[in-house]
Amino acid sequence: MNVNSNSQSTRVDLLLLADMVKPGTRVLDVGCGDGALLRILAETRDVDARGIEIVQSNVNQCVAAGLSVVQGDADTDLINYPDNAFEYAILSQTIQATRRPFDVLEQLLRIGKSAIVSFPNFGHWRIRSQIMFRGRMPVTQNLSYDWYDTPNIHFCTIKDFIAMCEELEAKVVSSVALNAQGQRLGLKIPFPMQNLLGQQAIFQLSRG
Amino acid sequence: MGLLAFKARMIQVEQKTKGTAHKEHRASERDADSLFVHFPENEPLELDCGTSLSPFTLAYQTYGTLNEDATNAILVCHALTGDQHVANPHPVTGKPGWWETMVGPGKPINTDRYFIICANHLGGCLGSTGPTAPNPATGKPYGLDFPVITIADMVRAQARLIDYLGIDQLFSVVGGSMGGMQVLEWASTLGSRVFTAIPIATGARHSSQNIAFHEVGRQAVMADPDWRSGRYLDEGKQPRKGLAVARMAAHITYLSDEALHRKFGRNLQDREEITFGFDADFQVESYLRHQGYTFVDRFDANSYLFMTRAMDYFDLAADHGGELAKAFEATNTRFCCVSFTSDWLFPTEEMRAVVQALNAVAANVSFVEIETDNGHDSFLLNEPELFDAVSGFLSAAARTRGLSAPAQTRDEEV
Repeated sequence: MNVNSNSQSTRVDLLLLADMVKPGTRVLDVGCGDGALLRILAETRDVDARGIEIVQSNVNQCVAAGLSVVQGDADTDLINYPDNAFEYAILSQTIQATRRPFDVLEQLLRIGKSAIVSFPNFGHWRIRSQIMFRGRMPVTQNLSYDWYDTPNIHFCTIKDFIAMCEELEAKVVSSVALNAQGQRLGLKIPFPMQNLLGQQAIFQLSRG
Repeated sequence: MGLLAFKARMIQVEQKTKGTAHKEHRASERDADSLFVHFPENEPLELDCGTSLSPFTLAYQTYGTLNEDATNAILVCHALTGDQHVANPHPVTGKPGWWETMVGPGKPINTDRYFIICANHLGGCLGSTGPTAPNPATGKPYGLDFPVITIADMVRAQARLIDYLGIDQLFSVVGGSMGGMQVLEWASTLGSRVFTAIPIATGARHSSQNIAFHEVGRQAVMADPDWRSGRYLDEGKQPRKGLAVARMAAHITYLSDEALHRKFGRNLQDREEITFGFDADFQVESYLRHQGYTFVDRFDANSYLFMTRAMDYFDLAADHGGELAKAFEATNTRFCCVSFTSDWLFPTEEMRAVVQALNAVAANVSFVEIETDNGHDSFLLNEPELFDAVSGFLSAAARTRGLSAPAQTRDEEV
């Protein structure tokens, strides 16, 4: 389930994410939504791309488009896959919608030699200021749901995510913060500022 | 070795020529005669029950043209009471082929692009060797002396046909229900010969409830006095009533409560009021009786016993030490698994078990569950999502396999 509602910026973040994938590899996209990333991967990286998606109508749409997708739940179904089954296990804009993000990431690192995770950064200044000044749960262009009907139940900041990686003893191979348009933030921006200015982040991880 | 290879090649060439000639013949006359392949006594088929069968014949149909490399062949496996007449009028009933919604020019299993094969199952009653065939030992129909065959036996027989047609690897094996069991068996035991597999409305085993329904059917057949302990053909009889009841009971399992309500409700048949008797007062009764009585015209009672038994015995996990994933170890086949929400004969959970086993070996698998109230029979009906899934899956696989697109759809493919 890809729960980022801004399709244009998602598109750019997907391209950036696809760039992290070496051509000719085997990839699992967990929460592949309508298959946008799978399609990019298949078309540009020549990979053996598979997907898991929780919403059945999305699955049927993917399969009709010729993508290899099964209906399944990231929280419960990743245990079925063997160790090192994929070069990359990807969680694109999905981790915040899982019930047990820690366990899901652990599984991701088990079945993929490398895990790529992208997520909305709850540490962005606009979100911070909405709580600070409006006293309301934040609703932004990228996160357009009200608190009571959002599928996003486990938000984190870039800093939080790094803390979880440490606890998991996962190694951060690379990371990138993105602006509202899904473009990479300038390289010169120091890390604390990325947590403030980045709307999304993409991390590539490996077992420590 | 060289001579053998040459001979094999010659057979292949002959087959291709034959296939082409046959296609032209059919195009002009649209006849429903089946093709036959006969395996003589010196080519016995080893069976799971420990004996072997020889000689034996398979009746089959083909549609489309086999390409130069023999890479575009799709084997369609029919269901329990189906037959080889997938996409041509049935020779007995005159009705359209049983899967004309799926198979034909421009259809998801596109006869302009693929070479489609469907054989009457071993043990069947429409041309392939089964209990109605003469037993060479007695000269009379086998009856119950026909060996109890399994899904794996049927698949072994199909593989003989595929060899005969000069096809090394099938582009796809497709089937629903019992046909789906064969698809799974093919993928499991002959995986290298299966590029893609499409099991529909099926499972890796027959459940206890399903065995129970089959047993009701078999007991109905055997309780008919005209069954004559299975020797009815010798006496010119047919256990019509028993077989009809078996079909009626089975037919209920192919539908769903919602579908029956939608079609018939409690509506009365050609009458204003209930009759306080045992006529078919209700439309649903009349419908079931019709299903039962028309079935016996085209199906043999003993064959029904053997076919249902084959399904009952199917348990792919049990064949692999209780671990279903082992049935698919190191598979390179691409799978497209399909189930239907209202199918209570093979509920989605049965298919999910297959998908989980495939995931456990990191197989390339797609899994579609289609929402419909048409029950188990959905795979035979007009289900656009089923067609989209099969068509999308096959087209993508065809690109990977390097099969050229048919002229009329080439533009869409790009």
